[in-house]
Amino acid sequence: MDMLFLAEVALAGLGAGALYALTGVAFVLIYKATRVVNLAIGEILMLGGYAFLGFAAGLGLSPWIALPLAIAAGGVFGWVVERSLIRPMLGENPISVFMVTIGLGSILAGAVQLAWGADPLRLPEFLPGTPIFIGDAYLAPKVAFGFAAAAVVIGLFLALFRFSRGGVALKATAADQGAAYSVGIDVPRVFSIAWILACATAAGAGVLVGAIGGISPTMGVFGLSVLVVVIIGGLDSLAGALVGGLLIGLVEALAGTFLGGEFKLVVTFALLLVLLMVRPYGLFGTHEIERL
Amino acid sequence: MRIGTLKTSYGADEALFDSSVQRGLLVLLALGAVAFPFVASPYWLFLACLCAINVASATGLNLLTGYTGLVSLGQAAFMSVGAYAVAVLEIRLGTPFLLNLLIGAALAAVIGILVGIPSLRVKGLYLAIATIAASVILHFLFSHWSLTGEARGLSMPPASLFGYVIDQPFTLYWLIMPVTCLMVLGAANLLRTRIGRAFIAIRDRDISAEVLGIPLLRYKLTSFAISSFYAGLAGGLWAYFFRVVTPESFPLVNSIFYLAAIIVGGMGTILGGILGAVFMTLVPELLKFAANWLTPIYPDALAALAPVRTIVFGGLIVGFLIFEPRGLAEIWRRVRRFFHLWPFRT
Repeated sequence: MDMLFLAEVALAGLGAGALYALTGVAFVLIYKATRVVNLAIGEILMLGGYAFLGFAAGLGLSPWIALPLAIAAGGVFGWVVERSLIRPMLGENPISVFMVTIGLGSILAGAVQLAWGADPLRLPEFLPGTPIFIGDAYLAPKVAFGFAAAAVVIGLFLALFRFSRGGVALKATAADQGAAYSVGIDVPRVFSIAWILACATAAGAGVLVGAIGGISPTMGVFGLSVLVVVIIGGLDSLAGALVGGLLIGLVEALAGTFLGGEFKLVVTFALLLVLLMVRPYGLFGTHEIERL
Repeated sequence: MRIGTLKTSYGADEALFDSSVQRGLLVLLALGAVAFPFVASPYWLFLACLCAINVASATGLNLLTGYTGLVSLGQAAFMSVGAYAVAVLEIRLGTPFLLNLLIGAALAAVIGILVGIPSLRVKGLYLAIATIAASVILHFLFSHWSLTGEARGLSMPPASLFGYVIDQPFTLYWLIMPVTCLMVLGAANLLRTRIGRAFIAIRDRDISAEVLGIPLLRYKLTSFAISSFYAGLAGGLWAYFFRVVTPESFPLVNSIFYLAAIIVGGMGTILGGILGAVFMTLVPELLKFAANWLTPIYPDALAALAPVRTIVFGGLIVGFLIFEPRGLAEIWRRVRRFFHLWPFRT
């Protein structure tokens, strides 16, 4: 087999995987802090892409102003969702909360289609276009930029959790809500912050995904792959999201190239099933021991 | 109207329909269902058949999710197993349709057991994702297997009974409605048995149930088997109803639809599955009427129909979960309770 070709496919896969990892981190952030499984993450990502389009093409702003605005819009959206939909569900059955996010995803997909139409759209070009070579292997510049941006953001998150007060509060909340309350951590505020950060991250990832592949109201399907990523990595593990994202990106790229595009989804889901049998709580997830 | 139902025997207390008012209403309902095809237009008959199919499938999912507490996002995939089995049998062998329906449902039940095997180790969301994985794999299988017509799918001849062809909504109604009624009745009765009680115990706390001596794996797999049997039968009816089965007939959205139907109707009540499925089937039609009606005022109304349906679908799920978490069945119960003592106390 041609090693150069293999390397190029692998690089493209890792590039896509970095975006999975970034969205996966957003997912894990919400799960870790609030124990909510957010199935609308794909739609929030899509919303980020459309918000960027609205700011950049609709209002004619420079892409570099539109990008932070889109991320901020994602954050505001996360805050609104947490206060209006997730807070009232506090303490309810997890199945109900997870269905609320499915409903939210459906609302978002419909709303975007109503506002922008069902056809796929292209985002204005703003990423650097010079081809990049690693050794002899060609790497699309957008994919490389996406990878770099994802790496920086994930690095920032890791640093934030380790060193900042808010990050430590979040970890404490994740470990034990009652104990976190009793040492004076404002748990509802941690919930809000987790949603804001996660949705802003997802919106940013949406701009990157849209810049590479265009945006459409069916972009929420991306969320399905992210779901596989976080399940494989373990729902409450940032490292898991990272490893899972790169792994799924790689597997999808290899399957798509050597087996055919329609094999992408089925290969990743088959991998997921096998993994669930062996490690039901994911590669790095916490194995919760149930007591009566 | 129903003031003080006193029971003097265990038999009366255990009865499925425990008051004379309830029995009277059911008789009226049954008479209405029999009279319906003679007065309704083909369009309404079509909708009634569709509702009945969805009720059958939603009731199956309700047994699994509402009563056993196992979330499944694979109900549409199990339906596709039944539908494909029926189509293949009808085309290749031409066996009698009732036999086809049963074989399809049994096959779906076997697949359901296979999918359910991880359920002992995996719970909650992990299980829901495992069922999504199963439906992705089934979809892939059906769209690549020559027996199931690959991406083109299968077109099948109508069902026939002693040379009498069942292909109009009027005749299909007489096939679909009785089967659905039997299935719902079966589900209601199942819950009064040992198996049904075990399901409920597992839903409420599975470890406690195991301590009480309920073998978890066996009952969880039974629940999966029964639920996908229902789905397979509903899928078989669906195949006879539409007579075209393609890989795109049963997308993941349909699985979400059934989950939404039992949430809107009320999880863990038989009535909820029925009300939810009927309601969720009819809402898009109502929206279509509204769009037709609005077209003179707002010409783009029909173009906006598809996204508005998606929004309303999501909005119903969210709205019911936040404001009426026990669903339509609870609303119905409140209405009934109001009338229990009606003229004397409100």
